[in-house]
Amino acid sequence: MDSTFSAADLSAIWLTCKLATVVTIILLLIGTPIAWWLARTRSWWKGPVGAVVAIPIVLPPTVLGFYLLVAMGPHGPLGQLTQTLGIGLLPFTFAGLVIASVLYSLPFVVQPLQNVFEGIPERALETAATLRASAPDTFFSVVLPLAKPGFLTASVLGFAHTVGEFGVVLMIGGNIPEQTRVASVQIYDHVEAMEYTQAHWLSAGMLVFSFVVLLVLYTFNPTGKRR
Amino acid sequence: MTAIHARFKLDYSNFALDVDIELPSRGVTALFGPSGSGKTTLLRCIAGLERAEGGLLRVNGEVWQEGTKFLPVHRRPLGYVFQEASLFPHLSVLRNLEYGWQRIPPAERKVQLDQVVSLLGLSHTIARKDPASLSGGERQRVAIGRALLSSPRLLLMDEPLSALDAASKQEILPYLEQLHGELEIPVFYVSHALDEVARLADHLVLLEKGRVIASGTLSETLSRLDLPTAHLNDAGAVIEATVSVHDDKYHLTRLDFNGGNLWVSKVERAVGSVVRARVLARDVSIAITAPHGSSITNILAARIAEIQDEGPDRVNLRLAVGGEHMLLSRITRRSRDQLGLAVGMDVFAQVKSVALIA
Repeated sequence: MDSTFSAADLSAIWLTCKLATVVTIILLLIGTPIAWWLARTRSWWKGPVGAVVAIPIVLPPTVLGFYLLVAMGPHGPLGQLTQTLGIGLLPFTFAGLVIASVLYSLPFVVQPLQNVFEGIPERALETAATLRASAPDTFFSVVLPLAKPGFLTASVLGFAHTVGEFGVVLMIGGNIPEQTRVASVQIYDHVEAMEYTQAHWLSAGMLVFSFVVLLVLYTFNPTGKRR
Repeated sequence: MTAIHARFKLDYSNFALDVDIELPSRGVTALFGPSGSGKTTLLRCIAGLERAEGGLLRVNGEVWQEGTKFLPVHRRPLGYVFQEASLFPHLSVLRNLEYGWQRIPPAERKVQLDQVVSLLGLSHTIARKDPASLSGGERQRVAIGRALLSSPRLLLMDEPLSALDAASKQEILPYLEQLHGELEIPVFYVSHALDEVARLADHLVLLEKGRVIASGTLSETLSRLDLPTAHLNDAGAVIEATVSVHDDKYHLTRLDFNGGNLWVSKVERAVGSVVRARVLARDVSIAITAPHGSSITNILAARIAEIQDEGPDRVNLRLAVGGEHMLLSRITRRSRDQLGLAVGMDVFAQVKSVALIA
């Protein structure tokens, strides 16, 4: 392995996995209520909120990264807040990268969840209520099991999308070893340094990873089995 | 007896509900009316699935809704059976049955699993993992069992048979009748099928355009000529009678009631048991003298209590038979005039056919 991946490569891969895991967990935690709200609300706000969540799909990552950099910078509102709280500044830290990645990958988690939630008939929730299940009880005993395929899709897409990001990382995280230098940035470094062999190994690794992820998604996702 | 008081007012753009009724808290109460009459909405208001602001609902002295108080659905001790079975697809049949049962305190579990399994004939379905593998009738029976297992103090059924084919309906009806007999749970039963209502209900509430137009005992309400039920093709009276004699030679059974008796095809019921007979208005003809040489077995002495026109060519008669029972008869207007029928006349009602419905 030493010959194929350098210590720096391995560190980048490890950091990538760590980032994607943390981001996926946070995304599931905040994406679930957002998706539930979007799926069930009849509020006028559904459109605007849905659009805001979806923006990262169409927005160039550099634009998102730029705004986040400004917002989290010493003069930005987020930066001022974090400074007042004694956390310091977030750009070029792992935490900053996490926040940026969460925003960037949000639609990839919210949309599959929203789709699966919308597919759960109101009748199932009403039935549970008439059988003494409170709203949280219904969520865990009926919604969650029925939404399992959506959660699988959302987790895989959220994870994979975070692994694959580059523009936002570069804007917000820069290129600090063991802090913000993730695999995609490491590949860029290798290419800049004309280390094509190293770039090949990492790139091939990413390619295989992406393929396996999608294979898992298409093979094991039992969406078609449920109505 | 009238221990459930419901008052709801809803104003949707295309539909309004305005109801204030007292209902008995025992037996089966049918909410009957054409589609769009508000019967399902009323049931949903009672369940708390629909929120009618400012409504009132008291069940056996307990307030479920009044003023700003609104007991959420999951805190109301009720069972609800929807039109389609709505079993949870991710749970096995057994887990479906246990869903509500698990969610009530053990001390309140008055209905037990084996009781429901035998009552609804569920023994062969219970081992099934996937509820989708059950037939429509079986699914609905599981749904009814699931509702019963939450030990409801009020069972609400929203056209539980309407999504089923005729065969499944016939398969479930006996279970519903048994339910009626064996469990002391008041049932509100929404239906637009008069035969189901005649078979199951004790009390009848008629709804039209979101309003209650009549509420009373089944036999009393069905024999009223001023209600829409009298105009239905299968309008008819229901008589509760006692099995008195079996005639093995001719394979017949005699049913006695105060004021007369009816012979029907032999039924496998013990002498002394109470059954329900339905006599359709179109199956009752009138004679002014005691008929001789007729093949009709059932001829009852009756007095005309009311005559109402039914369309251009027919009239409906309400006939008092004995002290308390009523029959309906639908004859042509010409027959009425030829026989000179008038209110108060003593006549003979010839009953062509009797359906034993419970």
